This record gives sequence, C-alpha cells and structure tokens, in this order.
Amino acid sequence: MDTTLLTIALLLPLAGFLINTFFGKSLGKTVVGIVSSSTIAIAFIITAIQFVALQNGAEPTKHVWFDWIRIMDYTIDFGFYYDQLSILWLLFVTGIGTLIHIYSTSYMHDDDNFHKFFSYLNLFVFFMMVLVTGSNLLMMFIGWEGVGLCSYLLIGFWYQNQDYNDAAKKAFIMNRVGDLGFLIGTFVLLHIFGTIDFVEIRNVLEFENLGTSVAILSVATLGLFIGATGKSAQLPLFTWLPDAMAGPTPVSALIHAATMVTAGIFLITRMNFIFDLTPNVQFLIAVVGALTALVAASIALVQNDIKKVLAFSTVSQLGLMFMALGFGAYEVAVFHVITHAFFKACLFLGSGSVIHAIGGEQDMRHMGGLKNTMKITYITFLVSSLAISGIPPLSGFFSKDEILLTAFHENKILWIAGSFASILTAFYMFRLVFLTFFNKFRGTKEQEDHLHESPAAITFPLIVLAILAVVGGLISIPGSSWLNEYLAPVISNNALAHPHELGTTEYILMGVAVVGALIGIGIAYAKYIKNKHVPVNDNNVPGLQKLLVEKYYIDDIYQFLIVQPLNYLGGFFKRNIEALIGGLISGLGFVAGELSYQAKKSQNGNIGLYLFVFVIGVSAIMYYLFIAN
Amino acid sequence: MEHVLQIIGIEQYIYLSILLFCIGVFGILYRRNAIVMFMSIEIMLNAANLLLVAFSNYHEDANGQVFVFFTMAVAAAEVAIGLAILVSIYRNIGSIDIDKLKNLKG
Repeated sequence: MDTTLLTIALLLPLAGFLINTFFGKSLGKTVVGIVSSSTIAIAFIITAIQFVALQNGAEPTKHVWFDWIRIMDYTIDFGFYYDQLSILWLLFVTGIGTLIHIYSTSYMHDDDNFHKFFSYLNLFVFFMMVLVTGSNLLMMFIGWEGVGLCSYLLIGFWYQNQDYNDAAKKAFIMNRVGDLGFLIGTFVLLHIFGTIDFVEIRNVLEFENLGTSVAILSVATLGLFIGATGKSAQLPLFTWLPDAMAGPTPVSALIHAATMVTAGIFLITRMNFIFDLTPNVQFLIAVVGALTALVAASIALVQNDIKKVLAFSTVSQLGLMFMALGFGAYEVAVFHVITHAFFKACLFLGSGSVIHAIGGEQDMRHMGGLKNTMKITYITFLVSSLAISGIPPLSGFFSKDEILLTAFHENKILWIAGSFASILTAFYMFRLVFLTFFNKFRGTKEQEDHLHESPAAITFPLIVLAILAVVGGLISIPGSSWLNEYLAPVISNNALAHPHELGTTEYILMGVAVVGALIGIGIAYAKYIKNKHVPVNDNNVPGLQKLLVEKYYIDDIYQFLIVQPLNYLGGFFKRNIEALIGGLISGLGFVAGELSYQAKKSQNGNIGLYLFVFVIGVSAIMYYLFIAN
Repeated sequence: MEHVLQIIGIEQYIYLSILLFCIGVFGILYRRNAIVMFMSIEIMLNAANLLLVAFSNYHEDANGQVFVFFTMAVAAAEVAIGLAILVSIYRNIGSIDIDKLKNLKG
C-alpha cells in the first residue's frame, strides 16, 4: 500500500476545511463548491487506486506517524491502518461523500453560509476517514468525536431556529452517553491486553493464552457496544437521529444515513475477534438490533414528515445490521451497510429534491402527484424504495435476505421480528412513495406552479446512487460472494464468512421475504392509491396509532426520568445552594466594605489628629519594646 | 582636668533631654502654627543631640559626637527645605495654620 498517497487522501479534506473556513467567504460560492467537492473526489480516486492495489495482492499496511502517548509500559501510536475493512469504508465514504458534495453545491446554493456548510462537510469527511483508518481505539475515538462534533454543527446549521439547536444538542448529548461506554471499553481492553492497537490485540488473542475471564471481556465489549448504540442510534439511545433531520437534507443523507451512523457497525466489525469471545454480549446485540428494527419500523408507519419516515427507516435498517453483528455475521452486516448507504443516500437526496421543488415543505400530506413533474427524482426514488423493500434483484434484496437467512439459522424469534420489520419497511416506504408521487397534488396553488425537476447537480448523484442501488447487490450474491472473500482477512471468525449453502429452505425463505415485501407494498397500494387515503392530523389518530405517532412516548419517558429530575436538581441548587454561597460571599464583601467606609472617616485631613495618633503610636511601640518586656 | 560628668552626673543630662523632648512633643500637639511646630521639631532633635553628646562623653567614644554633626547638618538642610515649603504655602493660601491644610483629604 502506498502510504504517502493515502496520507494525502486523508489530509485533502482537512485542507479543504481549512481553505473554506479561512478564505471561503472571499472565494465565492463556485470556488468553494469546486474546492470542497474536488478534495473529496481526489481522495476517492486515491482510495480507489489503493483498493485496486489491495485486490492485486498489496499487503495491508500500518503507517505510524509518531508515538502519541507513552506511559510506563503502554505505548499508543498516532498511526493509521490501511487494510481491507478501512479501505472499503474509505471507498464508500469518499464516494458517496463526493456525490453529496456535488448535490449540495446546488441544494445549498441560496444559503448565506454556503462556505461554512462546505467547510463542516469537509471536516466531517476528514474525521470519518480518521475514524475508519485509525490504528487503535484512541485514534478511532478522535474520529468518533470529530464526526459527532460535525454532526452537531450541521444539525444546528440553521442556528436561528431554536428547535434545530435543541436537536443538535440532543444529538451531541446522547452521543456522549454512548461515548462513555466507548471509553470504558477502551480502558478495560488497555488493562487486559496492555495495548489498544487492533492488530496487536488480535495477535495477543491468537498466540497467547491470557486466561482472561469472559466476564471482564464482556465488560469491554458491552462498553464498546453501548458506544455503538449511541453513534448508530440503537435502543435505547436512538431518539436523537429522527430529531437530527433538522439539518440540511444532504447532511441527513451523508451523516445520518450513509456514513456516520454506520460507525458503530464499523467499530464492532473492527473488534470482531473480541466480540466473538463474549457470546452473551453478542446475543444482547442481536436482541437490541431486532427490537430496534421493529420499534423504529413501526414508528415509521405513521410519520408524516418525509424525512422523519426516512430517519426511522434508517434506525430500523441499522437495527437489522446490528442483528447480523450479534449473530457473528459481520460481513453480512457490512454488506447491508454498503447497500443501505447507496439506497438510503439516494432516498434522502430524492426527498431533498422533492423538498427543494415544493419550497421547503416536508409534510407528505401536502405533496402528491409529483411523478409527472419530477421524473428523474421519481424513478430514482422508486428504484431505491424497491431496493430497501427487498425486491429482487435489487441490492437491498440480497443484503437484507442474507441477514434474515442468518437469523433464521440462529434464532427463529429474532428472525420473525426481523422479517416483520422488513414487511413494515415495504409498507411505509411505499406509503411514502404513493403519498409523495401519486394522486393529485395537495399543496397550495403557488407551490404547484413552482414545481420543477431539480437541476443536473441534484439529479446526477441521484442517478448514480440509483444505479448503485440496483447493482450493489452483486458484490455478495449467495453462492459466490466477493465481499466475503475480500473481508476474510479482517474477520477472524471464518465459519460464517463462507456463503450459505443454497438449499430448499433458503429458497423458501427468500420467497417468504419477497412475498412479505409484496404484501407490504400491496397494502400500501390499496390504502393510498385505491382509497386515496390521506393521513389525518396527529391529534386525531385513534388508539394504537397514537402510541406510534408519539414514538412509544420514549422521548417523554426520557424527559420525565432524566431531564426533569436533572432540571429539578439544577433548580434546587440554583435556588438554595447558590443563594447560600452567594449570600456568604456577598455578605463578606459587604462587611469589608462597611468596615473600610467607617475607617475612611478617621482620615479627615486634620493634621493635628494625625500627629496625635502618631505620637500615641510611637509611645505605644516604645512602651511595648522597652518597658513592657 | 576634671571630667565634666563628675561635676554634673549623666542622670541630669537624661532628665534635661527628656524634658526638652516632651516640650517638643507637646509643642507639636498643641500648637497650630507651622513655624512653631517646626521649632518644636528642632527642640526634639536637639534633645536627641544632647543625649548623644552626653553618652559620647560618658563612654569616652567620639562616634556619638560625629553623629551629632551629621544630625545638625541634616537638620539645617531640612529646615531650609521646610521653611521654603512654608513660604510657598503661605503664598498660596495666605496662612500657615495647619488646620487649613486639608486639600489632599480623600
């Protein structure tokens, strides 16, 4: 591997960030757009070259810049590790990043803070690259926190809106909860192995018998998993992701669908050799993943905000990936990460194109009939929706089906949960498609006159992503999986890396999955096309639906259990303790002030008095020095 | 030659010097005329000088007398400056009553 080239690829987005931050305003929008897009594009090209080199037998390389921390026996490198996994992730991060940068040049064109947007976006790509290439957990943590920061900055990009600021803070704070888990996991691993370098830990595990108990390792993996639930929006820390849709749509596509939220899956795949040793935690991951998939999919059924539906869909799909991780099928999870990145980015960008056309409207109840005016957006959106629903032979079918197959072999109950979530997925995605693109337009007359297909900078990424969503499944078709062979060196548990034998059971399962997806689409068709049903106002929904509209009241529960007690405690301290301390301090100040005010009065300018006091004073000193002793 | 301290004992010098000093102190405290206060300060200085000379003789050591010369020289300089200040004060406020010198009061 050519580490110089890869270092350049790594530093380019950072350079783009610096240029846009310091000179962005004077450079003008065109130059800013070109600079930021081209830095990512060049990084993508370099990565692609290295990817090909890796395919042709180049060795994975560790590139240490310098010793970062050296305390007693512990040494932590400031190093980067370029292997199959990190190159793969780099490839789709920079690839989709390039497309979304191009898209943003048009989407954000009327924004006053255009240069700021692009500098944040470049910074995000830089940190994401650090995250996936870091050679140890602490390096990864730099990227981990960096992408969190960029996510915060971009969610609150339209900072004049207080709701958006709150959403940004919520995302950041919930991620901090997960980060604590990440740090605990890191510390425990450092304690056990004396190193947190990925390769070194793996070597230690392979060649030495540490005799570490599973219990301690479980603490480490559980901590890392909690970190992953924060970043990848799993139960119970998922509520920030739907709110994160406050950010501009390209941000939702890049950060909150395609790349950053997959960091948790990357982390677990990276540490797969440790997770394999702790089956209890793995089971927990599978259960949490399945539950998340189900819960998020059910909430997505009743959302009316086009981006909220996609957000819950993302949470649900991430849940499926975690389920696969829990079964030790890391390459399957990675497969779904990649295909999901394609079609979900396409869906988000498509929704952005729609929102752009209707002038900022996000409520699907005010859309409809857009397929005539926005042909390209409609077709790409439809393709991606079919892909996410799992219709063969699109990419989503292969990846989702592999997860469900694995689940079927491992745990029937979770398989049922996952399958049900997939059926729900098909339903809500086509509810979205039918409400948005079919029937009559339900917005205002003014909006209808304004309807138009988006410019090429927006449709080009849509087309590319839609094509990828169609053919992406080819990297791992059952029977001869390129991805499984590619990832074999980084995944120590090879038992599952081999493709499943395709027997009758598997074909039946595939059939069941496809029929399920078709049923979901059929119900959506019957409800929203035949009966022309339009969702009612959130306050008027009956019974069980109300529970879904309110997202199982999870936000309210957090509000009640955590936020309110904290506020109450804060209020108590402010009213009582603060008053006490403040009173003491200002009381002392008042006494000192009053004393000096009184003492000031003796300095009345009367020289006679001064002299008198002076004589008395000298006499007193004399008396004390010579007579009293 | 008969020693001068054999005629008048050292105690007498001390009493005289205390007396002079106290006169100076009370002069400072009770008078408001700056020139009189100056004179009181000079009396106190001379009380100290007297004591120095007396003890110099008593110990048969000339150091004390040397000090007195210095003191007198410094006192002369001080008086020169002090009187100059008083003159300029008088020119400014038309009086040398120290009770009227309150301009620098905070």
